[in-house]
Amino acid sequence: MTDSKYFTTTKKGEIFELKAELNSDKKEKKKEAVKKVIASMTVGKDVSALFPDVVNCMQTDNLELKKLVYLYLMNYAKSQPDMAIMAVNTFVKDCEDPNPLIRALAVRTMGCIRVDKITEYLCEPLRKCLKDEDPYVRKTAAVCVAKLHDINAQLVEDQGFLDTLKDLISDSNPMVVANAVAALSEIAESHPSSNLLDLNPQSINKLLTALNECTEWGQIFILDCLANYTPKDDREAQSICERVTPRLSHANSAVVLSAVKVLMKFMEMLSKDLDYYGTLLKKLAPPLVTLLSAEPELQYVALRNINLIVQKRPEILKHEMKVFFVKYNDPIYVKLEKLDIMIRLASQANIAQVLAELKEYATEVDVDFVRKAVRAIGRCAIKVEQSAERCVSTLLDLIQTKVNYVVQEAIVVIKDIFRKYPNKYESVIATLCENLDSLDEPEARAAMIWIVGEYAERIDNADELLESFLEGFHDESTQVQLQLLTAIVKLFLKKPTETQELVQQVLSLATQDSDNPDLRDRGYIYWRLLSTDPVAAKEVVLAEKPLISEETDLIEPTLLDELICYIGTLASVYHKPPSAFVEGGRGVVHKSLPPRTASNESTESPETAPAGAPSGEQPDVIPTQGDLLGDLLNLDLGPPVSGPPLATSSVQMGAVDLLGGGLDSLMGDEPEGIGGPNFVAPPAAAVPANLGATMGSGLSDLFDLTSGVGTLSGSYVAPKAVWLPAMKAKGLEISGTFTRQVGSISMDLQLTNKALQVMTDFAIQFNRNSFGLAPAAPLQVHAPLSPNQTVEISLPLNTVGSVMKMEPLNNLQVAVKNNIDVFYFSTLYPLHILFVEDGKMDRQMFLATWKDIPNENEAQFQIRDCPLNAEAGRPGGNKNAGSTGEWAHKALFILFAPR
Amino acid sequence: MGGGEWVEGWLAAGWVDQWVVGRPGDSSHPHSREQRESEAGQLAPPEPRPAAVLASADSAAHLRASPLRRSHLGAHLRAGASAGRRKQRRRRLPALAPRLPGPPAATMSASAVFILDVKGKPLISRNYKGDVAMSEIEHFMPLLMQREEEGALAPLLSHGRVHFLWIKHSNLYLVATTLKNANASLVYSFLYKTVEVFSEYFKELEEESIRDNFVIVYELLDELMDFGFPQTTDSKILQEYITQQGNKLVTGKSRVPPTVTNAVSWRSEGLKYKKNEVFIDVIESVNLLVNANGSVLLSEIVGTIKLKVFLSGMPELRLGLNDRVLFELTGRSKNKSVELEDVKFHQCVRLSRFDNDRTISFIPPDGDFELMSYRLSTQVKPLIWIESVIEKFSHSRVEIMVKAKGQFKKQSVANGVEISVPVPSDADSPRFKTSVGSAKYVPEKNVVIWSIKSFPGGKEYLMRAHFGLPSVEKEEVEGRPPIGVKFEIPYFTVSGIQVRYMKIIEKSGYQALPWVRYITQSGGCQCRHAAGGGPRRRPAERGRGPRRRAGGAPPSAPRAGAPRRPEPLWQDGAAGHDVWQPHHCLGAPQARCQPQCPGCHRHYSSP
Repeated sequence: MTDSKYFTTTKKGEIFELKAELNSDKKEKKKEAVKKVIASMTVGKDVSALFPDVVNCMQTDNLELKKLVYLYLMNYAKSQPDMAIMAVNTFVKDCEDPNPLIRALAVRTMGCIRVDKITEYLCEPLRKCLKDEDPYVRKTAAVCVAKLHDINAQLVEDQGFLDTLKDLISDSNPMVVANAVAALSEIAESHPSSNLLDLNPQSINKLLTALNECTEWGQIFILDCLANYTPKDDREAQSICERVTPRLSHANSAVVLSAVKVLMKFMEMLSKDLDYYGTLLKKLAPPLVTLLSAEPELQYVALRNINLIVQKRPEILKHEMKVFFVKYNDPIYVKLEKLDIMIRLASQANIAQVLAELKEYATEVDVDFVRKAVRAIGRCAIKVEQSAERCVSTLLDLIQTKVNYVVQEAIVVIKDIFRKYPNKYESVIATLCENLDSLDEPEARAAMIWIVGEYAERIDNADELLESFLEGFHDESTQVQLQLLTAIVKLFLKKPTETQELVQQVLSLATQDSDNPDLRDRGYIYWRLLSTDPVAAKEVVLAEKPLISEETDLIEPTLLDELICYIGTLASVYHKPPSAFVEGGRGVVHKSLPPRTASNESTESPETAPAGAPSGEQPDVIPTQGDLLGDLLNLDLGPPVSGPPLATSSVQMGAVDLLGGGLDSLMGDEPEGIGGPNFVAPPAAAVPANLGATMGSGLSDLFDLTSGVGTLSGSYVAPKAVWLPAMKAKGLEISGTFTRQVGSISMDLQLTNKALQVMTDFAIQFNRNSFGLAPAAPLQVHAPLSPNQTVEISLPLNTVGSVMKMEPLNNLQVAVKNNIDVFYFSTLYPLHILFVEDGKMDRQMFLATWKDIPNENEAQFQIRDCPLNAEAGRPGGNKNAGSTGEWAHKALFILFAPR
Repeated sequence: MGGGEWVEGWLAAGWVDQWVVGRPGDSSHPHSREQRESEAGQLAPPEPRPAAVLASADSAAHLRASPLRRSHLGAHLRAGASAGRRKQRRRRLPALAPRLPGPPAATMSASAVFILDVKGKPLISRNYKGDVAMSEIEHFMPLLMQREEEGALAPLLSHGRVHFLWIKHSNLYLVATTLKNANASLVYSFLYKTVEVFSEYFKELEEESIRDNFVIVYELLDELMDFGFPQTTDSKILQEYITQQGNKLVTGKSRVPPTVTNAVSWRSEGLKYKKNEVFIDVIESVNLLVNANGSVLLSEIVGTIKLKVFLSGMPELRLGLNDRVLFELTGRSKNKSVELEDVKFHQCVRLSRFDNDRTISFIPPDGDFELMSYRLSTQVKPLIWIESVIEKFSHSRVEIMVKAKGQFKKQSVANGVEISVPVPSDADSPRFKTSVGSAKYVPEKNVVIWSIKSFPGGKEYLMRAHFGLPSVEKEEVEGRPPIGVKFEIPYFTVSGIQVRYMKIIEKSGYQALPWVRYITQSGGCQCRHAAGGGPRRRPAERGRGPRRRAGGAPPSAPRAGAPRRPEPLWQDGAAGHDVWQPHHCLGAPQARCQPQCPGCHRHYSSP
């Protein structure tokens, strides 16, 4: 007889019937009824109405029945918090049961009932269970602390459970240690700055000892915990590594990966000259290779991580290329990952084999895989220069197959090869041109057009070819349109006599008939260029292009280092930092590899270094992506895409440059034709305005551009940050930022009323501060602020207030008053708001001013947290910060003179 | 209300007194800040982080993430950002304890585990952490299907901020959800372990067995993982306190087996056997990747050593292999030793001991388990070499000729050989001719299976097959699956690995006998078809569709008729135990029809 019978009763009045059965006197009937209830719960029926009846069955000596009732409680307690209290007594009683299985069960289940009222009752039983004689109960209680912390962190701290948990790390039982470590790690995640795990050589030693004795899962908890430790010097790092390496022989792939994480991280601290370093490198390769015989999902995780490891330390797997050869029955996700790693490992030594493989793959059936294989051939050509010729001929072979998607993909990569090795493989152009008609994907069309434009002078019928595309201009995708425009302009500049008509046609198509702003802008720019100064235009459009390199698809080094710290986790699978996919500030702490510290210079190690020592080598803040600059340019600067960046984006940037040069005023002009006199040639900075511009130069142009505009538009303004959360101010939420505009400083405030009553009578006051910042006008809130209303206020500031050096220097303490109460908060203001925009000071004058300061007033201090340097990277921000402004010496006077 | 008066009035009201209005000089006093904070409780600002510094550091990283990092500007920014970071550290350092703790650990856990049927309907689930809404699972199946359509299916899917880590087992999906940066390898490992445990409980893990045992499934889920941390996953130990028949566990009689939390968490105390024996299976298979021209690109031997342990008490075991590293360590000659490239052990083996002196010492679990696996990459030739000629005459017929040759010692015999040859899915009316064994058409798999019961080394056999093809060819492109071979060769290992001894020590001092058996099984092999030579069914040609027809040869012409190059192929499918019958003692004369293993009734010899 099986349990499936419980699923079959679907009669009406079922609940009623169950109720009767639950209250039956017969034990067997009761148990059957509870099983029926659980079965209904399992299939998603709402049986919460039976709550009291089920809870009544809780007091039983039948363990199975008890488990079922507990299960029911876990599911429904949240929806019936008041009734859940009924269960508390039994829980408390069960926590004292002579049977450890029941004690553990009770404490485990109680932790899963996320009802506030219950958690209070949980404390006492939990405290007892943490000290229980039975390790099974202790290990369960350890986890329960983490559960309770998740529900009510304060309670856990107040009750001193954290200390008990820390004590459990020294427990005699390995499973208890492992669970305590896991629970502490979990709790520490929500307290990034706390010193919960308190890792020091002694506790590390304990963990390493427990490592040998606990279950595979416990080993993972401990290894993951170890990975967060920063050894004080290379000797300690080495000794930990030595004790971790045996884990590489564990049958569980997850243990192996966690061990690899520890080793990869601590290796960073070892000197490469050390013999041990070489030994460790050799020890890492075989287990990584063996991971490829695990289950496909684990293989996938392993491959994603190997991809990182190969980028970080290519020497580990450089001789293992063959194991990444694709097998027929590999799942597609494994195939694609293997392909990627093959390219990363490709070198002159093994390129012949790699190419033979890739060519093989390019004839498979799976379209996505074939495409990626073709693309990989192109990447090999770019990566291994000696192989370029072979790659090109392989690609030509593939083009001969005439399989549509293979041809298109091949043309796209051949374009990249041309970017890397210009003027080298022109002989293939003829073959490419033969396939012109079969191209139907925008990317391939755009690539082909680019090739025709780039080599227009060597293709006799380039004009015909391009003209043929022009017929359906408006049906093309933007990518193709932009490419066509550029190619025809190039053609014109190379063969002006025969193609004047063509260029006119494309310019008018792009500027007059198109409603795509990018296309129009580029069209106008070319038009202006050509009509102003064809020679300059030639310099701009036909400028030499920077070469692309294979590095474009490497992961950026800081991100790579961070990801190495996350080996085995989702971050390493996504190749994104956790902050990119984990919501909220909790648990988002950037990791970085430890600095290399030799034992003989241990004075500089982070542990012993004084606060001011140059500990910058151990940055723990690694900035994330997604910033203002990216938004500004609307560029995709995210994780590198495979293959070189598309030319189009750089072209758009070129356009930005040109506009910045002052051309916007000319936009309205009606160009009359070539040679029109009314133009100024764009500044030289804008030269890379054609396809070849790297994003880099585009960006630096942009900064030049801002330096011209910065004076007008004011400096960088940080986004508003919440200064005073509503929770702390009886419903008033204040967020704000500081701005400097044309010489005046202001504080932009946003007041939100999150309370239920109207707020009036606002006023603001600053405490004394380092630079004497003070409100220049009262806080003007004209109307009472009704609930859920927000007002934006710009409060002008001056620097005539009273002065007191603050710590940090740019700290500002503010009080805001309203009809409810007075609230205090503090914030930091960026120093650049204090600097004048036209900050150049005559040298003589500066020296004179400097000398005016009496010598005895000279003292040294450090400006901490001054965002000057970092600010320099902001468009506009550099302007203010870079100059010696009024405040620079005002600060001197103020901070020094009063002595 | 005038501003000036306001401020004045306010000052007069005295609320500013709550600030410690220090003298400028005071600020150098080390305690001034604490004082300020302690005296003005409300004022204590949350650990202020200089927003500007962080923000621009962000931008620098962003720039570095882009190909732009070579530019001067990037370098400049980098310098700026690191300076900012340094400053920040300088400030933050003293705020923390003198020893800087590492950044907190990544959460290693799954939030909930679901078992879904093949349509994605949840059969049973367990919510471990309660931070993901259980309804999120509804997104799983649509997401899976969408990804599959896009050809971007991966074992990790995400919907919004929920991440799904999933595996498939028979007609079930096992899905773990998480919101955090979970340890992915741990989660997959755990899911596979769960499958293993359920399979041992219910024999077959499938939709029916979940329904039939939902109570025990709940119990197991409760025991396997707690708050996302995997706990006891050893099914033998679990079976001691979570039994099939729940009513056995009545009235507090049941106890936690101490094993659960022991350092030796895989073996219970107090086991008793009349006859103390250990059976050792050394099973090897060869994985090969063969080029189109028949040369071996990659070959590796994968071996496992499985134990069946019938021993009383808590025995200490030591296994001696002819391991080259060990021989080198002990100064023994390297002859007849085997270089194991990578070894993986069951958790019972003391890894640090092995790391030290290559001793394999352990307290074994009871019954069957896999003690270790190893890998060697050495040049080996395929044990059964297959040559095939597949002639396809479009719209009329396919003719297949397969030649199999045993490339192993003449004394050895391969048992239960099964050679599966792929045929087009639209083939019909099969006819076969074999020199030995029998052939059978399996239309649902589109293969012909040629089975040979016993295949001695050095022999060569032939099979011919003939199929009809419909006159209307179907459109879709077919892959080129390799030819598969299954077999088992007893008393033989490719690597030459040997069990030199197995020492068994138990404090009661009983005599125990170890028995050993060597088998080589078919491994995975991939052989590529000749590229470039002759017309072959490339996607290249088939993909074009209409065009080919336009310029193609008349339908009757044997278009794809030219013979493919001989294809030595065999692949996949380690023969299951059921295939392998109790065998006679062949080959080695010293094998004296040794005792049968009580579990499987197979024959062993002493090491």
